[in-house]
Amino acid sequence: MPIRDRRNGFDHPHSRDITPQGVYESRRRWLTLLATGAAGGALAAWAGRDALAQAARPGKLAPLPGVASRVAGAMTMEKSTDYQDATSYNNFYEFGTRKSDPARNAHTLVTSPWTVEIEGLVKKPGKMGLDELLKLAPLEDRVYRLRCVEGWSMVIPWVGYSLAELIKRVEPLGSAKFVEFVTLADPRQMPDLRSGVLDWPYTEALRLDEAQHPLTLLAFGMYGEVLPNQNGAPVRLVVPWKYGFKSAKSIVKIRFVEREPRTAWNKAAANEYGFYSNVNPEVDHPRWSQATERRIGEDGLFAKKRKTLLFNGYEAQVGQLYAGMDLRKNF
Amino acid sequence: MRALLLHPAAKPVVFVLCLLPLAYLVVGAAADSLGANPAEALIRAAGDWTLRFLCLTLAVTPLRLRTRTPQLARFRRMLGLFTFFYACLHLLAYGWLDMGLDVADIGRDILKRPFILVGFTTWLLLLPLALTSSNAAVRALGGRAWRALHRLVYLIAPLALLHFFWMRSGKNDFAEVGVYAAIIGALLLERLYRYFTPRTVAGV
Repeated sequence: MPIRDRRNGFDHPHSRDITPQGVYESRRRWLTLLATGAAGGALAAWAGRDALAQAARPGKLAPLPGVASRVAGAMTMEKSTDYQDATSYNNFYEFGTRKSDPARNAHTLVTSPWTVEIEGLVKKPGKMGLDELLKLAPLEDRVYRLRCVEGWSMVIPWVGYSLAELIKRVEPLGSAKFVEFVTLADPRQMPDLRSGVLDWPYTEALRLDEAQHPLTLLAFGMYGEVLPNQNGAPVRLVVPWKYGFKSAKSIVKIRFVEREPRTAWNKAAANEYGFYSNVNPEVDHPRWSQATERRIGEDGLFAKKRKTLLFNGYEAQVGQLYAGMDLRKNF
Repeated sequence: MRALLLHPAAKPVVFVLCLLPLAYLVVGAAADSLGANPAEALIRAAGDWTLRFLCLTLAVTPLRLRTRTPQLARFRRMLGLFTFFYACLHLLAYGWLDMGLDVADIGRDILKRPFILVGFTTWLLLLPLALTSSNAAVRALGGRAWRALHRLVYLIAPLALLHFFWMRSGKNDFAEVGVYAAIIGALLLERLYRYFTPRTVAGV
């Protein structure tokens, strides 16, 4: 159709070139509707800013929304640790042994593409891409206490779902008694693998019933966003009633086995780090007391440390897993 | 260089320099710039500086002899006392920030944990050296007894290293311990070497 201007705009050779009045009026109605819709959306966001402020996203990484978890014990009301502290004070030895090292060095970690291999005693072994994993179950917001074996603690809002969801799908065989987690060990991405600090790759493990407990979380995010590299991106374990090192980061393999696997810290010092490593104020680490802890960013410099709780305060939820067990012997 | 070392301002300047780590820590604690766990940062930094001042103190005599700079001897006492000063800060930071100044708790902790017992013993051994650092104390003891007493430092240095090694064994990370061990080892070996080789230059 030739472009027409003011002089010949109404000079139409065919009547079909003329837009009927009803059509152009309906177009305008649509445009008006769209415009108010957009404005309305903006207004809604403005009205909701108080709600957002309560769990303000740090705005550093891609958002990863979840719905509030309904699992018992999954939503502590304690104040979350500052994002800055939670992302700058980390143990992730593959990137260095100082607490500040992971935040400085973990930018070299490549989290996409990422696959997790499910193997061992299951009916449905195989490889799962991160997208597939993310869609496997609805993502939940969970706020957990985190107690490090070194005597400090944080409160972290995680995003993920119960590992039990994944276990259900892969259908463990009757012979599967333990679940082993193998984490990434790539010297090109992880500068400190050259050091012989631990026997790489870092591995962790849980008894199958521990792994199936609803509080055992497969986490993909924290603070409403995807996991920062130094916190174990893109997928990690969070077992809130055990010392932090049990919660393996940057997992690449989940293996179902019959016999209790050796774990990284247990191999390094069996007398100091047991297989269970449940948080227990009664059982001291050989070199320091576990009776108290320092809550990062909360307790003042000169405040006395706070008392550590059995099973990190999750005794009501997980105590029965260890009924009749000598927790001193099975530390 | 030697004239500078003898300058009346040299001692005050070194004194102020030795206080800089403390100033850095105090400012850091006040400005909350010591990271997520300032208590731990303070305890560890005080320990690190104790070890560094111990190295410096032990380096004075070998340096003085090897470079034939007797003027360096003026600074040995001050450096030794700063070693003790940072050791006291280390102990105080542990007792206060970690144990809440609960003397019974501290006592139990020291007896229960070998690595803390070793650290505390090291501090106890530093104590008589600091107390006998004045000229009057040297005169009262007599040079021979004073020197014998101050040879305790050859026990103190390995104990300090053991304390550090034990602390780091939790991290399975001995690189830094190795650096201090190499420095202290070299400084002690130098003394052994000097002890067993006859002096060739009269008057040194």
